[in-house]
Amino acid sequence: MTIAPVASATNARPLVSIRDVSKQFANGTIAIRGVDLDLREAEFVSLLGPSGCGKSTLLRIIAGLGAPSAGTVDWPTSAHDASGEAHPDLGFVFQDPTLMPWANALKNTMLPLTLAAVSKNEAEERAAEMLALVGLKGFEKSYPRELSGGMKMRVSIARALVTHPKILLMDEPFAALDEITRHKLNDDLLGLWWQNRFTAVFVTHSVFESVYLSQRIVVMAARPGRVMADLQNDAPYPRDALFRTSADYAHLCRAASETLKRAIAA
Amino acid sequence: MTSSATTSVPHDGTDAEARPVSAEERRILGLPASSWPGIIAPVVIGIIALTAWELTVRIKGIPHYILPGPILIVQTLWNDWATLSESLLITLRITFAALIAAIAVGVSLAIIFTQSKWLEKSLFPYAVILQVTPVVSIAPLIIIWVGDINLSLLICAWIVAFFPILSNTILGLNSADHNLINLFQLYRASRWQTLRYLRLPAALPYFLGGLKISGGLALIGAVVAEFVAGTGGSASGLAYRILESGYRLQIPRMFAALLLISLSGIAIFFLTSWIAHLALRHWHESAVRREN
Ligand SMILES: Nc1ncnc2c1ncn2[C@@H]1O[C@H](COP(=O)(O)OP(=O)(O)OP(=O)(O)O)[C@@H](O)[C@H]1O
Ligand SMILES: [Mg+2]
Repeated sequence: MTIAPVASATNARPLVSIRDVSKQFANGTIAIRGVDLDLREAEFVSLLGPSGCGKSTLLRIIAGLGAPSAGTVDWPTSAHDASGEAHPDLGFVFQDPTLMPWANALKNTMLPLTLAAVSKNEAEERAAEMLALVGLKGFEKSYPRELSGGMKMRVSIARALVTHPKILLMDEPFAALDEITRHKLNDDLLGLWWQNRFTAVFVTHSVFESVYLSQRIVVMAARPGRVMADLQNDAPYPRDALFRTSADYAHLCRAASETLKRAIAA
Repeated sequence: MTSSATTSVPHDGTDAEARPVSAEERRILGLPASSWPGIIAPVVIGIIALTAWELTVRIKGIPHYILPGPILIVQTLWNDWATLSESLLITLRITFAALIAAIAVGVSLAIIFTQSKWLEKSLFPYAVILQVTPVVSIAPLIIIWVGDINLSLLICAWIVAFFPILSNTILGLNSADHNLINLFQLYRASRWQTLRYLRLPAALPYFLGGLKISGGLALIGAVVAEFVAGTGGSASGLAYRILESGYRLQIPRMFAALLLISLSGIAIFFLTSWIAHLALRHWHESAVRREN
């Protein structure tokens, strides 16, 4: 098990190809500059970096929420519409659960299907199935205010996965949760990813979380936001509590920490 | 991922296994015991005040054409019920028609405004002008222009009632959570879908807050307009009865009509509050009962 820079040459066509992407906001802030990144099918990638280095900005650009000021985001294998715009299957999880308070867990989970005009019966069935997968069987009728922070996050993940997207983008989804809940959700997220094989992009500023979860850690630096290192984490899956206490894990965390420290200093 | 997963992620329970068990509070006459003090206290104050009023009138021998006692007022209400109830019905009809018109126009305009900033910018100032102009000062004009007295009263009451609904609903439609709006964009929701599934539900508490204010205002508008129309009009709502009683020095009857107006206002307030409670009880902070 090593943590090493990712070999740049891979012959498989990437799911997303980000080329020289920069984003300058209207007030002049350059959030990211010259980001090159390929995201491959079914890999688990973490975006790791200090606050303000443009992780959220990059994630939103990948999702199509806000165009880059320069550069391109290509989806070589996804469907495109007549105007050439890509329509990737994606799911997005915000830092806050971002649920509709007036709708119960089932209705919240159904939302993407409702918007895609899937029939009500089918949507309900699929949403209930997804809620069960994230461990919320029996809470379909509960309103967000009746759920704990962790349970709300589970609903948010169920909603993002209910369309069975090819890629799941997550922006520090567990940052607001306590450590016990966070570990539990990390394990459940890995389980979902392992079984469903979507591409996972996970924004975090926790070295430990990124090492525990991902196969690949993209380390970013701030001012301007840019990619400093692209680390490979070969520790085998399934990873569990045993991995968390292993010497390998400690070693990997130290290596990632040092890279991050260099990125911050740079 | 293409195939749907059928196997579940192994769990040893969720982060909160059980729903909280709510201990049912003791109820008296169908109401929770804790809500009774809030009902009894104002009732006691009311009884004390009414008794003091009645005693003052009797002991000092104040003539009933200056200040009738509460008992006489209730008697008058009873004896004149045939006339007064008819007037009450007329006033209430105008009030509710104006309120319904205010809802229809206020909500529709709010939706149109949030769909087009340009329309909002050009029309909203006129809504404000309509709102800040005292209805007493334009009521005579409206009565002259419209001709039909009932329709004039309706328009006056509507002018007074519609603004809170309009401005609150606009605020509500624009207050949808920014991330949720992003989410709707992500799923390529149409304008109509965003309106239906996101903006309208988000606006509901604001709209209902406006409705509570507008309910009372519609009644005030109806009464004020009727005062302006005066006895010259053919309408005979409660304000007309007050004017008429004033000319004839039937002061107890005047008080009885006044009492009916107040009771109507209170009833409208409770009605709108009850509607708001029913609509929001599952989710909105203003309506959910907190355990702590
Ligand atoms: N809408 C905006 N307008 C102007 N500047 C912005 C905007 N959004 C972000 N920025 C700036 O862009 C930079 C990157 O922001 P971003 O939110 O992407 O950072 P981040 O890595 O997600 O940080 P954090 O870990 O704190 O969430 C910051 O300097 C921020 O101030
Ligand atoms: Mg961020």
